[in-house]
Amino acid sequence: MRLYADNAKCSGCRACLVACSLHLFGENNPKKAALSIVPHFPAPGTFEVKVCTQCGQCADVCPVDAIHQNDEGAYYVDPDECTLCMLCVDECPEGVVYSRPDVDYVWECDACGDCVDVCGPDALWLAD
Amino acid sequence: MNGYTGRILRVNLSDGTITTERTPREVMRDYLGGRGLGAYLLWTEVPAGADPLGPENKLFISPGPLSGTLFPGAGKMDFTTRSPLTGGYADASMGGMLTAEIKYAGYDSIILEGVSDEPVYLYIDDDTVELRDASEYWGMGSFALEERLKDELGEAFQIATIGPAGENLVKYACINHDFGRQAGRGGVGTVMGAKNVKAIAVRGTGGIPIADVDTFTRLSREAYRECKEADGFKAWTRYGTMIVTSWCDKNGALPTRNFQSGSFEDAADIYAPVFRHSIVVTDKGCFGCPSPCGKYSHSKKHDIYVEGPEYETNGMLGSDVGLSDIEDIAKANQLCDELGLDTISAGGCIAWAMECYEKGILDQEQADGLDLRFGNAEATFGLIERIAKRQGWLGNLLAEGVKHAAAEVGQGSEKWAVHVKGMEQSAYDTHSATSMLLAYMTADVGAHHNRAWAITYDIAEGRDEVSPKKAAKVIELQHIRPLMDVLGCCRLQWVELDMSLDHYAPVMKALTGVEISWEDLLQISERVWNLTRMIWVRDVEGFGREWDAPAPRFVEEPAASGPTEGQFTPAEAAQQMLDYYYDQRGWDENGIPTPETLERLGLADLVGAHSS
Repeated sequence: MRLYADNAKCSGCRACLVACSLHLFGENNPKKAALSIVPHFPAPGTFEVKVCTQCGQCADVCPVDAIHQNDEGAYYVDPDECTLCMLCVDECPEGVVYSRPDVDYVWECDACGDCVDVCGPDALWLAD
Repeated sequence: MNGYTGRILRVNLSDGTITTERTPREVMRDYLGGRGLGAYLLWTEVPAGADPLGPENKLFISPGPLSGTLFPGAGKMDFTTRSPLTGGYADASMGGMLTAEIKYAGYDSIILEGVSDEPVYLYIDDDTVELRDASEYWGMGSFALEERLKDELGEAFQIATIGPAGENLVKYACINHDFGRQAGRGGVGTVMGAKNVKAIAVRGTGGIPIADVDTFTRLSREAYRECKEADGFKAWTRYGTMIVTSWCDKNGALPTRNFQSGSFEDAADIYAPVFRHSIVVTDKGCFGCPSPCGKYSHSKKHDIYVEGPEYETNGMLGSDVGLSDIEDIAKANQLCDELGLDTISAGGCIAWAMECYEKGILDQEQADGLDLRFGNAEATFGLIERIAKRQGWLGNLLAEGVKHAAAEVGQGSEKWAVHVKGMEQSAYDTHSATSMLLAYMTADVGAHHNRAWAITYDIAEGRDEVSPKKAAKVIELQHIRPLMDVLGCCRLQWVELDMSLDHYAPVMKALTGVEISWEDLLQISERVWNLTRMIWVRDVEGFGREWDAPAPRFVEEPAASGPTEGQFTPAEAAQQMLDYYYDQRGWDENGIPTPETLERLGLADLVGAHSS
């Protein structure tokens, strides 16, 4: 199971980011989400949604095997095992393994689907 | 308090000091945030008699408690100030991403006070706040500067700018943000220009504290689901506010040739499907919006990008000036945005000038060579530029607003200067719509529709009916709609998707942890409404009933054509509506809140000696 995005449908509202941070951290803070939206304005006027494709390269490169797969087959980072070596962040082809100074582990999309529920234009969906 | 950051940022532009202070708990309780907080601060911090363009006036930039949260439509904020256009209370609501970013940076409000000697921009990166030199940006267009600052500071910064119109102190200059969102009305951009502040750039990395995260998340997600399952969701999201154009045209509410009529013979060319099909590039939502009305467009004819036109712009820079090519309207919209003009007031001023021109009161020489016939797109573009830059006699005159312009020109032109309190009326013709006429007469910033959009009620209940229940409807709407501006969220999920009002009190309780009912929220909104009224009473000498007068066009002169042809609202009917309204509000016959009303709303101590 993984998350898909249709850039053409995205309106850039970022509700998905807030739903994501509430799921991952219990916090209302879109800067702690596991997907991102890149606006391209003023021209050509499009949004680019970056989501995890569950390619598994993060797990492959992790030197301490801190990245596991959940029951849905989605990868997640075990906070207790992560050493912040940042190899997965550098390796991720989509740039969707995230870190920030006040969190002592990296995080990524676990395909929970909370973002899908709050996406008005149905730009996001889960599928195999 | 949860839902708030608990801090207000104070920026003194005169001496460059930047401080933070606690947001007073009782103010959060009694006025919440957004326009409520702004009105409270305007009352307490800006003295009567302050020159709107001088150092004593302040600009209060306030998200609300719901801003930046998961609740649907949490992308709104308010700019509050003393208006250079009307001289009285003003606030302008803006969508986009800035409100959330201000919350994440840790501020319930930003106060701009004093005047900077040199052009500056306000840089906010969480706790790092600086006034930075903006002299090299002075003169730049709104979105050219936004693009440049994004390049220089990074995409994560949210930017608000003024254009040349704000610099040149055009009385209805707007503030622009997110390549197409505006705080449009009342000259909030003019005040920013007077303070020499060219832009505000904000990045915040913090979160918003929530009292009961699980309940708040559950309730917010339920509200999202309700919006997405609403009957009108697809059509509204496809067309946005432009969907109103055909309804207004067919009901005689589409302003046409300076409100001479409420229906436009070429209107079908500017209906929503034409717009969507011919120029829309993408839907563009404000923060946390399930149903984005924002439509980002590209005109091949003019080779420009613009967000819009929205309905109000379609009316005021379309039918009201006689334009019927959607790409020309998009161009006029883009010019206003880039130059930093409110499209509604700009359209109203230009339409007034065109009527003067066609009636022979203004000639081509006075119009700086422009052939100001209704429907002339090039003349419209040319006049927008001249207003923003105060070029030529007419451009400089119209930069002062239609009330001032008509007083200057005279010769009966006051009769077709369509404004209330000096603010140009937005895009609903009110020849025959007594509630909507009353809504414009009594809106607390001047003739703006967002306080009470009562025109559908007029059509349903009998458009020329004069009755207490029609005044009651206006008051009901004036409490619900501005409440959203207090909460920092958008009203359109309720207005257009019929999202239940039952969501708001439980969501606020889950957010803040404080028990609050819908009735409590409405009383806060009524308190704010009466406080803004008292700001007018205190700040405008001789303020009273005559300031609530409708534009003469709707009470003296019948509509020229369309479904309402031959109809108008007799002046005594408008005054009767005002009597009903004052009576139900607990205001005296001159429109001043009575001491009993102020006492009931908990305002007596605050407004003290200024009550009647």
